[in-house]
Amino acid sequence: MIVEATNLRKSYGRTEVLGGVDLAVREGEVVALLGPNGAGKTTIVRILTTLTRPDAGRATIAGYDVVREPTKVRGVISLTGQYAAVDDNQTGRENLVLVGRLMHLGRQAARQRAGELLDRFGLNNAMNHRVKTYSGGMRRRLDLAMSLIGDPQVIFLDEPTTGLDPASRLTMWEAIAELVRDGTTILLTTQYLEEADRLADRIVLLDKGRITAAGTADALKAQIGGQRIELYFAEQTDAIKAVDVLGGVADGTLVNLPSDGTAAHLHAVLDELRSQGLQPVRVSSHRPTLDDVFLTLTA
Amino acid sequence: MTHDGFAAAVSDAATMIDRSVRLTRRNADTLFVSILLPLLMMALFVYVFGGAIETGTQYINYLVPGILLLTTGYGASNTAMAVADDMTSGMIDRLRSLPIRSFAVLAGHVTASVARNSVATAIVVLASLAMGFRPSAGLVEWLAAIGLLLLYVLALSWLAAGLGVIAKSVESASTLSFFMLFMPYLSSAFVQPETMPRWLRPISEHQPITPVIETVRSFLTGSPMGNSGWIALAWCGGLLIASFTLATVLFRRRARR
Repeated sequence: MIVEATNLRKSYGRTEVLGGVDLAVREGEVVALLGPNGAGKTTIVRILTTLTRPDAGRATIAGYDVVREPTKVRGVISLTGQYAAVDDNQTGRENLVLVGRLMHLGRQAARQRAGELLDRFGLNNAMNHRVKTYSGGMRRRLDLAMSLIGDPQVIFLDEPTTGLDPASRLTMWEAIAELVRDGTTILLTTQYLEEADRLADRIVLLDKGRITAAGTADALKAQIGGQRIELYFAEQTDAIKAVDVLGGVADGTLVNLPSDGTAAHLHAVLDELRSQGLQPVRVSSHRPTLDDVFLTLTA
Repeated sequence: MTHDGFAAAVSDAATMIDRSVRLTRRNADTLFVSILLPLLMMALFVYVFGGAIETGTQYINYLVPGILLLTTGYGASNTAMAVADDMTSGMIDRLRSLPIRSFAVLAGHVTASVARNSVATAIVVLASLAMGFRPSAGLVEWLAAIGLLLLYVLALSWLAAGLGVIAKSVESASTLSFFMLFMPYLSSAFVQPETMPRWLRPISEHQPITPVIETVRSFLTGSPMGNSGWIALAWCGGLLIASFTLATVLFRRRARR
């Protein structure tokens, strides 16, 4: 296991952020930590990248202990944080060369590597412009390029597309997917199920500092259904009765249940309800969201 | 790729100095203002207030050493803001997740700060000569004055770096460093402490800036030095050691949370 963490705990004051997290990532694997704000995703990443000390527990990266051998760990990882860590008043190229030189590539090699990465991330035209003129998507791509300079063995991506517009998000996904194809080990955090599904081999669900479920995207989706149906009832008692008949989860007068998205399934559901004398007021159908995942798997 | 040893640390520091100097050059308006303000103060005191202040010499000859320390105060406050900017943006996490000495990050800022202050001070000296400053110093006295000023600037830059580490935002770094701009007014920079009220005089005489000003003044204009040279050295050396320790320890601790 190239990343191995056991029983990680962290509190700030009286607030427990991590309540004993175990995590293991195989070499070449892409793992997504999926959870809402405040679930502890960033804290896990900060501990594994030596930026924060755990209160208890132990973690190693490529066999190096994150607390006792931080410099060794830093030599084999890279971090792309939530906020693009770039110098606004340097050009894209200068930012890349800066990191290359701090990785001790040597001036010549740092420049060459910077050139390759600018090419690969479509930043060639802007390489001599100051970063403050870049769009949000360009900044993230530069940020990602900067973290690849030293050919890290494990790449940490902390919410790599949060705050990006849909087009930039797609470009970022393509860039990350290319890393995945190269066989790089990646641990990423996200609030978006779609992002985890698209990029990761395995998804780890995190809620309130604890892991609540883990598995491949397919396995998790099989549990929550490829599509969700929402049935709105006039009375809460009807909603509760509907859950008794159909399964799913009730939330007030709303019932939320898994579906395969076909018309036939919807028919079957409505027929079943009618046979029980239940009549929903309104019906809607949507792709599963993080809320559905948590409602289903952590309720 | 090796990340251990002295050579690696020197290389990291050199890279970070390179970065800070480049960022300073790109932030020319801040540098410009931090030179312009002391120049305006100097003009104000020479041409407006100076005529009413009795110092026993040409007022500009009395004033210039104080203006030089005022200049370094502005420069140091910029340093505090630059460090705070790194600490509060994502940049610090990137730098700290790289296999470099944390010392290199602050060393880059402090070295750039000393370079900035040296340029600013040289410009202020040239301007003062144009405005009628007539130092009596020979080469040795000039070198001694420059040496003391460099030591003072180095100490002040580490103090500024420490304030930048503590500050929760760039704005609060600017507020925290306000006293570095204010201290010269409570020193012998503009008026002789003897003319101040009785309760203020000891504050003015025993704060670190006064002996530094008195020593530079003595080197440049031949005013009596007394024991202020040794006191100035002690203040600067002590401040340097304390600020350096404070800044590096706080940096490591703050970054470790």
